[in-house]
Amino acid sequence: MPQHSVRILDPSAIERALTRIAHEILERNKTVRGLALVGIQTRGVPLARRLAEKLRGIEGEAPALGVIDINLYRDDLTRIAEHPVLRRTEIPFELDDAAVVLVDDVLFTGRTVRSALDALMDLGRPRMIQLAVLVDRGHRELPIRADFVGKNVPTAKTERVDVLLAETDGGENEVRVLSPDDETDPREDDSP
Amino acid sequence: MNLRTRHLLGIAPLESEEIGLILDTAEGFAPIASREIKKVPTLRGKTVVNFFVEPSTRTRSSFEVAEKRLSADSLNFSTTTSSLVKGETLLDTLRNLEAMAPDYIVMRHPEAGAPHFLAKYCRASMVNAGDGAHEHPTQALLDAFTIRQRRGSLTGQRISIIGDILHSRVARSNVHLLTKMGADVTVCGPPTLLPRFAGRFGCRVTHRMDEAVEGADVIMMLRIQLERMTSGFFPTLREYAFLYGLNARRLSRAKADAIVMHPGPINRGIEIMGDVADGNASVILNQVANGVAVRMAVLYLLAGGGDV
Repeated sequence: MPQHSVRILDPSAIERALTRIAHEILERNKTVRGLALVGIQTRGVPLARRLAEKLRGIEGEAPALGVIDINLYRDDLTRIAEHPVLRRTEIPFELDDAAVVLVDDVLFTGRTVRSALDALMDLGRPRMIQLAVLVDRGHRELPIRADFVGKNVPTAKTERVDVLLAETDGGENEVRVLSPDDETDPREDDSP
Repeated sequence: MNLRTRHLLGIAPLESEEIGLILDTAEGFAPIASREIKKVPTLRGKTVVNFFVEPSTRTRSSFEVAEKRLSADSLNFSTTTSSLVKGETLLDTLRNLEAMAPDYIVMRHPEAGAPHFLAKYCRASMVNAGDGAHEHPTQALLDAFTIRQRRGSLTGQRISIIGDILHSRVARSNVHLLTKMGADVTVCGPPTLLPRFAGRFGCRVTHRMDEAVEGADVIMMLRIQLERMTSGFFPTLREYAFLYGLNARRLSRAKADAIVMHPGPINRGIEIMGDVADGNASVILNQVANGVAVRMAVLYLLAGGGDV
């Protein structure tokens, strides 16, 4: 089946989106004290790190930074044939009473975020949990929403959204939508 | 990456990539033991039958803890509580167990090949927890995990396994695993306790303990079963301890940062002296802790295994 891949965010668009998200996180939380960013493995991790650096640039200090692997909390383990590789979970700060911002690349059905909430709750009792995503592609299957969104990208369920980051994939930072048809895509190369 | 089979019957059928996958996965499970909530919901709703025809406390408790930490339900069948005592055949017992739809059967049996036999008829994933003197795959995996943890990697490590190799499934599984992963393995013991063609498994063979410990990175001591003394394998425990016991003097001939391992339970003063067992080089208790993480990894990965 012919597929075509459209770039919807280029490196500078991603950079601007992250800068805006960093400012929004600060606006909402008012301080980096008591604030923690937790990246969801895999691509949420470099995004969280970048946001932490941007916050350091704005406020002079960075929030706490953690990483979480949600594979042990998935709801589809009994059905998927291949067990995903387990990666690191590391929360090197006091989770109790922290304000946590979960960071992930794409928000889709919401099941990954649901798993992340369960995983975090098993590790402690945060004061509040917010969610920052680079791309929200719609099609939620659970009542989950993001507090901070880089870009809203309406997609068809058959499409795939690929976030490519230098830290995890090498090469340029970009977000692409892979569609199983070859009609012209109105989202191509546009501005937010 | 997946395991090619949904059973873990031994180390011999595994490829080095699969061994690497199990060890890497166990790294992900190890931190759970130090958390406030030592549980993940990964195998929630799965049933594991611990079918220990040959009794065991440490291996069975290790599996039980692993199962509970994965939120699975476990059921224990031991020799006394099983119907095998009433004369039911092994296969009939399996069929009766399977009628209750377990997802895993963890089996220890005094006869080599028993889990392999049952795996042919089994819908559940079969995990060999020790079959006669043949294999004890999860022990070798947790030993390898411990070595990797303390020495960084397995490749090129000089590892000596010392003791009753002849009767040891732990030795056999370890030799398979460590040679597959590129370690330099030596087995050592009195001639009466070494199998005749031990060298065929790709390891060096020596009867001299000093040669085995010289320059070693890892010294793995095996438990001497006291019954062997009365069957003529060695004259007295004292003589065995004198020739093949690991004491501080012998340990000093190994590398300065060598580690001392033992699958347990230890016979203090016989195959290993108390000061060595409790000393800085000893990782015996780490082995026990790692056993839980490795067994969690095995159960997790077998759920996604193929049908080879």
